[in-house]
Amino acid sequence: MTTMATTRTIPPLGGFSPAFLRLEFRRMLRNRRSVIFTLIMPSAFFLLFGTDGKYKTESAGHGNVTAYVMVSMAVYGAMIATTSGGAMVATERALGWSRQLRLTPLQPVAYVAVKVAVAMTMGLAAIVAVFIVGDLSGAELPFGRLLLCGVLGWLCTLVFAAFGLFMGYLLPSENVMQLLGPSLALLSFAGGLFVPLNQMSDVFADIAKFTPAYGVGVIARWPMEHDGNVALAVVNVLAWVAIFVGGAAWRMSKDTKRV
Amino acid sequence: MNSSIPAVSIDGVVKRFGAVTAVDGLSLQIQPGEVVAFLGPNGAGKTTTVDMILGLSTPTEGSVQIFGGDARKAVALGRVAAVMQTGGLLKDFTIRETVELTASLFRPSRPVDEVLDRAGILDVADRMVGKASGGQQQRLRFALALLSDPDLLILDEPTTGMDVQGRREFWNAIRSDAAGGRTTVFATHYLEEADAYADRIVLVRKGKIVADGTAAEIKALAAGRTVRATLEGADTDALAKVAGVDSVDVRGDSVLVHGSDSDAIARYLLNHTTARDLEITSRNLEDAFIALTGDGAEVRTPEGALA
Repeated sequence: MTTMATTRTIPPLGGFSPAFLRLEFRRMLRNRRSVIFTLIMPSAFFLLFGTDGKYKTESAGHGNVTAYVMVSMAVYGAMIATTSGGAMVATERALGWSRQLRLTPLQPVAYVAVKVAVAMTMGLAAIVAVFIVGDLSGAELPFGRLLLCGVLGWLCTLVFAAFGLFMGYLLPSENVMQLLGPSLALLSFAGGLFVPLNQMSDVFADIAKFTPAYGVGVIARWPMEHDGNVALAVVNVLAWVAIFVGGAAWRMSKDTKRV
Repeated sequence: MNSSIPAVSIDGVVKRFGAVTAVDGLSLQIQPGEVVAFLGPNGAGKTTTVDMILGLSTPTEGSVQIFGGDARKAVALGRVAAVMQTGGLLKDFTIRETVELTASLFRPSRPVDEVLDRAGILDVADRMVGKASGGQQQRLRFALALLSDPDLLILDEPTTGMDVQGRREFWNAIRSDAAGGRTTVFATHYLEEADAYADRIVLVRKGKIVADGTAAEIKALAAGRTVRATLEGADTDALAKVAGVDSVDVRGDSVLVHGSDSDAIARYLLNHTTARDLEITSRNLEDAFIALTGDGAEVRTPEGALA
């Protein structure tokens, strides 16, 4: 028994693999709630708030107001998608799946990398979905700028993948999104995704600049219209990434020690 | 069987959680190829010990070695696998997807269909885990544990919550698997499971080993056998003087004599009295279990119990 012909090794990249990703995507797409919240709801909000006849003719920077709302709603959709992707760890911990995975060679870092990859892909899908609906519903923006808005918005929602992870490790609940969904709506409102900051009171607009959705929104809309302080927005995004990644890493290290 | 390196070597292990001592100075060696039952009441420290064997927690004192090395490394290499009481499954994967995902992590891994077949769930492989019965989910956990073709398999209360039929099927799968020479350790509080499936039983109570031996040895530990016979007008005083007798009970025409030497009792009854219809019964494992794990029990170990 001690000298078996098979040589046992551990998997490369700590277990991160295309096979793992493929199975996780299949599971994500099977989840009706995540499909509705990431692919359908942001587009529905866009149609509700952004397609007023007046908006289609009113210009905003290099495009029209409809396009402005489209970019904001795409960012909102990506926020939900990436947060819920990161927050999947809460469900998996609550169900004991992470404990089951501790009986395999999977490294915690590889596990988190899979969650982030799935979250970011869902975020990209949310942005593309809103952009397609927007293009069909009268949003006007030159393609190059549209593309840049999408890429910037997508990259910045990494903030929310980290947020989801942090909350996922902080809240050991199977239905963590019931708590995070309304929080995201609030953050989107505070960050000027639903109502532009210049329509808020001065005090509220000042507070808004420190909330995590503000930076993402300003940067995502930058190629279209410079409505906000881009330097402040970059600082905002970097600071929140640092806070959420730090928080997630802290909780994660406690978690792997305990299990 | 090469037995130079024990599969499991636990040496003076103590595990405390705050003020609670869950495992209190436990030492145990398990040789390759043994099928060992870890038997004890709830809260005896079985799961805590299993966790340390798998490297999921570290001992407060003492050491645990798996095949002479680190437990976490043995898990990562797939040398040791487990069916855990608390290991959860994701409801929105199919049974097959769950196995595929786990298979992607082991180098090497057995083919997915092979382990599904050996666990007896190949026919329901495309069912969602959330729609599978408790027994099927448990067999899925067993399939996951077979993927790395482990040298040591740990089962923690593997049949909890299963019906009689499910339990029997599950054990049949385990037994045909263990027949191939795999070292198997299972924790249970079902006495009949320990009796039926283990070569060796380790009885634990309050974090200590109270007995260690074969099922027959454990039963004998709970002291003696009972000889029952039909005998009118039994002379209880004479019976009580037979070597090794500790109690004599008369119930109508029956006499029940309990003692450590059932042969001497039987010989006396047949040679010196008119006794007939003799029956000799040993206490079952349940009696031994209660005697040894009850509060007044002392620590006893049979000779040569350690293989």
